[in-house]
Amino acid sequence: MRDTLTKFASFAYAGLIYGFIFLPVAVLVLFSFQDGRLPVPPFNGFSLQWYEAVFADRKLMAALANSFMVAIVSSVIACLLGFLAAYALARYKLPGSALQRGLLIAPMTVSYLIIALGLLTVLNTFGIKLSLWTVGIGHVVINLPLCFAIIYSSMGDHHINIERAARDLGASDFKVMTLVTAPMLLPSILAAFFLSVTFSWDEFIIAFLLSRFDVTLPVEIWSLLRSGLNPKTNAIGSLVFLVSVAVLAVLELTLFGRTKKS
Amino acid sequence: MRAPQPSQTRKPPMSTTTLEDTERRKAWGFVAPALLWTIAFFVVPFLFMAAMSLWSRQSGQIVRAWNLDNYIAFFAKDSLFKGLVNSLEITLIVTVLSVLLAYPLAWIIAERVPKRLQRLALIMAVLPFWTSYVVRSYSWLLVLSKNGVINQTLMTLGLVSEPLEIASNRTATVIGFVHFFVMLLTLTIYANLIQLSPNYRRAAADLGANAFQTFWHVILPLTLPGIMTGAFLTFVLCIGDYVTPQILGGNNELVLPQIIMLQLGRRADFPMAAALSIILMLAVTVAYALCARWLKIERA
Amino acid sequence: MTAAVSVANATKTFGAFTALNDVSLDIRAGEFIVLLGPSGCGKTTLLSILGGFQSPTKGRVTIAGKDMTSVPPARRPTTTMFQDYALFPHMKLRDNVGFGLRMRGMAKAERDEKALGFLDLVGLKASADKKPHELSGGQRQRVALARALAVDPDVLLLDEPLGALDLKLRRQMQDELKAIQKRVGTTFVHVTHDQEEAMAIADRIVVMNQGRIEDFGPPADIYMRPRSVFSAGFMGEVNFIPGTVKAVEGASATVETAVGSMTLPVASFTAAAPVAGQAVTLCIRPEHFRRAGQADGPTVSLGEATITGSAFFGTHYRRHLKPTAAPDLSIVAHMPQSTAVADGQIVPLAVNLADIVALPAGR
Repeated sequence: MRDTLTKFASFAYAGLIYGFIFLPVAVLVLFSFQDGRLPVPPFNGFSLQWYEAVFADRKLMAALANSFMVAIVSSVIACLLGFLAAYALARYKLPGSALQRGLLIAPMTVSYLIIALGLLTVLNTFGIKLSLWTVGIGHVVINLPLCFAIIYSSMGDHHINIERAARDLGASDFKVMTLVTAPMLLPSILAAFFLSVTFSWDEFIIAFLLSRFDVTLPVEIWSLLRSGLNPKTNAIGSLVFLVSVAVLAVLELTLFGRTKKS
Repeated sequence: MRAPQPSQTRKPPMSTTTLEDTERRKAWGFVAPALLWTIAFFVVPFLFMAAMSLWSRQSGQIVRAWNLDNYIAFFAKDSLFKGLVNSLEITLIVTVLSVLLAYPLAWIIAERVPKRLQRLALIMAVLPFWTSYVVRSYSWLLVLSKNGVINQTLMTLGLVSEPLEIASNRTATVIGFVHFFVMLLTLTIYANLIQLSPNYRRAAADLGANAFQTFWHVILPLTLPGIMTGAFLTFVLCIGDYVTPQILGGNNELVLPQIIMLQLGRRADFPMAAALSIILMLAVTVAYALCARWLKIERA
Repeated sequence: MTAAVSVANATKTFGAFTALNDVSLDIRAGEFIVLLGPSGCGKTTLLSILGGFQSPTKGRVTIAGKDMTSVPPARRPTTTMFQDYALFPHMKLRDNVGFGLRMRGMAKAERDEKALGFLDLVGLKASADKKPHELSGGQRQRVALARALAVDPDVLLLDEPLGALDLKLRRQMQDELKAIQKRVGTTFVHVTHDQEEAMAIADRIVVMNQGRIEDFGPPADIYMRPRSVFSAGFMGEVNFIPGTVKAVEGASATVETAVGSMTLPVASFTAAAPVAGQAVTLCIRPEHFRRAGQADGPTVSLGEATITGSAFFGTHYRRHLKPTAAPDLSIVAHMPQSTAVADGQIVPLAVNLADIVALPAGR
């Protein structure tokens, strides 16, 4: 009796919290189909007009492409630099390696706003023009610690002898790294890459402060918000949500689902 | 121009270049790009900003005279200092509320949900956050505003006659933050809960502890690292966030990041913005110092 | 305190898998019992059922004459020492050991004193204010023992407590466990898969396999007079020689084997009385082979055999032999250090009659 009661209370509580977590996104998606000018009740009927408006908006589409570019390029750079640094620090004894690790991780502990502001002051002082490149530089700064930490922590000592065996069999440093080390660490490199893409894709404050004419999607959405409650904002938000969930589902079923089964 | 020297006299003895030296040089080559990137685009800008916080802006020009004017102004001017107070208040409320709401959920997922469904339960908890970060706060406006879902529902049901003031104030900011951090804390606490050996609970029960005693004396202390890790993350992300209070807070009780952005925008007062950023960082450092002893705990 | 434990017809199934199959066991108060068997044999399940962490699908558990089948762990007169010790990492040793007393509402001063007493019992009184992570594996094991004993249980259940320790430390801890059990007098039920450990500490050993009890008795009996082929093989190296019972006459039976016919006393048939025509397996330990003239009782000759391989083990030579009468058989025999024989040499094989055990074949 007492057991069924706690069970009921548990699931009621979980239901409430899940309801709280899902409420805004449910409202967001529902009213993206609103047949009217206001994305709030009453729901006037189903319409795709706001999605049409999103696809017709050249600035939004350009921002989408920009975001994608910045995310991919900055993540590739962050992963590459993170991997090389992790390889060096995990495999070789370098003086001050603890200090080096600390330095590489440090940006993770600082607010994005402060990182952006620091970069902005330097760029201003040296007269460097703001562009998608400067946004990308900022995104590498925030994602490099992440990539380094993920890859470094997966470089176990048990891999050392596999690499030694490859070297012993005549592989050069480059071949060891590309044919042995990187494939062994592929799951964590991919995890670092996708996480990094996600963070860059969604990042606002650095993109906002370090871009000028070409902007990323979050910055473009930010300027949409000035028009107040607008079903078009719902539509672009829902699109991002649905596409992300689809990508996530595909990744879960293919990439990560496979490792779970074996 | 230097003439090439006879090789016998300049060449160092063979023994100084060991195998280890070559290896070490290679390793420096691997780690250098990441280190240089971090130094050039993080350390240098940060030091630059710290230096700038000691300059000042007078009649539209940045004056490179070293002084503490910005910091003095921060403590003297109520409009600035209040920003830190608001930031700290909101962050503390959000952190405490999020922990209190997330712990039971994490416990239910770890204990009550069947093992094979736990992963799904976690994915579901994270799912709503796959929309754009900016849009997330906006969608709370749809829920909380005067003509939003909650107010219209309450008025249709006849529970209230006037719309509640739940948007564009501190309540809305807190709700927006708690929404995100409940998810985050659920993850960190869950991760902590499932890695506890089930034998801890068995041992406690075996030695005569009831369910509450087991929780209070054993499970709660052992999940303190998870709670503190999550709480620290919450603190850092919450106190540095500009978007949520800007969208949901309605410009009446400004927090520190909003005030920093104001310095940049209207007044272009970079030195003051830099000084406020340093103060923001100090607040995070203090929080870290307070949490540090739980962020790493000994394990048997 | 101490109590007798009785398990009657306990069965535990998990879906289609039967972990414990109709097990009955009677343990006397104050005994040191070892449940021995390979992993998956049901020994840990049996221990969990005794501790109250699992309830049997069928059957009953009685402790000190009271039915405990559905009593939760907290209200049983048992405590468990877990395989990973489950020491609370955030508590000092004295608080770990005093935890059970605290749950029973004992005042701090009193329980601290008692906890110190038990830490003293395991030789860790000086470390009372340390935390578990400051200890070595063997020390943690002792704290776990002290914590389990501090609540004065009638029965202490030990789930592979020495499994995480290295060999040398394990041997040392075995002696300590045995000594402490003698001092406190509590009934100990100890699970292990190490037969040497079992022999070193047990008053009686329960050999388990596939959810059943294969053998139950004092270590010397289990080793010398095993009651199942599995038990004989699990306790140490053994030669199995197939044979057939030809005739049973009074107190002895004649068995026909590939290495000759022999007459064994009925007492050699430990599992079941011999029946004419029955297929049996003779079990002979390698150290039981004798050379003619060295035996200390009546012997049985197994004919001659060729030495096919030899290795020196310090205390003895371990040799492989091929009986001349049955070249398909391979026999392992231990021979004294002094035996100077070469590979290929032919030697006579004999065994003390009393050392042969005959078991029904096929199990």
